[in-house]
Amino acid sequence: MSGASLSPWLALLSRELRLALRHPADTLAAVMFFILVAALFPFGVGPAPETLARLAPGALLAAALLAALLPLDRLFGADAEDGTLDQLLLSGLAPAAVALAKAAAHWLTTGLPLLLATPVAAAMLNLPVEAWPAAMGALGLAAGVLSLLGTAGAALTLGARRGGVLLPLLVLPLAIPCVIFGAAGIEAAAAGLAARPYLLLLAALLAAALSLAPLAAGAALRTE
Amino acid sequence: MLEARDLACLRGERAVFAGLSFRLAPGDALLLVGANGAGKSTLLRLLAGLLRPAAGTVLWEGADALADRAAHAARLRYLSHQDALKPALTARENLAFFARLWGGEAAAALAALDLLPLADLPARVLSAGQKRRLALARLALAPLRQPAPLWLLDEPTVGLDAASVGRLGDLLARHRTGGGMVLAATHLPLPLPDARELRL
Repeated sequence: MSGASLSPWLALLSRELRLALRHPADTLAAVMFFILVAALFPFGVGPAPETLARLAPGALLAAALLAALLPLDRLFGADAEDGTLDQLLLSGLAPAAVALAKAAAHWLTTGLPLLLATPVAAAMLNLPVEAWPAAMGALGLAAGVLSLLGTAGAALTLGARRGGVLLPLLVLPLAIPCVIFGAAGIEAAAAGLAARPYLLLLAALLAAALSLAPLAAGAALRTE
Repeated sequence: MLEARDLACLRGERAVFAGLSFRLAPGDALLLVGANGAGKSTLLRLLAGLLRPAAGTVLWEGADALADRAAHAARLRYLSHQDALKPALTARENLAFFARLWGGEAAAALAALDLLPLADLPARVLSAGQKRRLALARLALAPLRQPAPLWLLDEPTVGLDAASVGRLGDLLARHRTGGGMVLAATHLPLPLPDARELRL
């Protein structure tokens, strides 16, 4: 992105963040959903600590990704309804840049709070404390990938009837690699092994999504 | 100079309009009139580059306007049917965002539509006419960095009181004397003296 278009991009990002601060309910709902799903596991599986700890990595990842999906179906919907999306497409920003700003705002207002809530959920799932930093790293990266994939999904399903149902069906299968590498990393850290290789693989997925997903989302917004 | 040649647009399987041609020179105003569903809004969206024409071309200074849509977007302001306001932001914040995109002074633009007393209220509590005025205030952001000669207005006066229509008239007159062009779709009389009419 050239310097000239960075300032409008930051203007859009700061507006998205300001809107999220005025409506904290969306962020709170995602965080509460995440913690509640994590809290359901001990009831369903039984409180045996070793069983829970065994399930914890996968459960954390799955719960976080589902929670991060919650605000996605309104990502472009509200803007499309009130005419803001037209103005954004005419703002001089490339559609891909608009999508990237949306994805960044989604990560900052959903992914980051989920990352901060990870210790609470990890404690309820009896994940060993040594694995908490790895869990936070894995969740942060996986939520980043989901923000990007989800933005592309939200742009594609914009205007589709029942887009809210379609969106998880499109996005979650693509997020499977994040669950695999993220859970493997947390498991490794819990067993006292290095989580770094897994987190690096997650970071590679994030890099790939970062370069591809905004382009896909931008193309979808264009043809809307 | 904006020129449309043989424009046609399809919505679903139905032709909304076809064979539409007109030109607009600096200072010109063109009123789009026609029954509901005649394609006035569609034509404005098409000229803004938000829709692709099924046939025909839009020319700007003789060159294809929609080839570089970012450059085309930079020379126009589009006032859609919706006001494009965020209910949670104040009037000033709503406008300041566009001032950061385009340049221009948010306070001066608010003053031009007599919105300064409402500047710090969230857009949520504004009445329909006040929201429309706030949307129109975007036109009053007169940036030196990126002036927009082409104004595409979709029913600009819906919900406005007489005083606000007068203020819009001043804004339109200033835009036209500065060499700007106005295309407006409307069912109501607009303060656009000697505007031509295009019946769809």
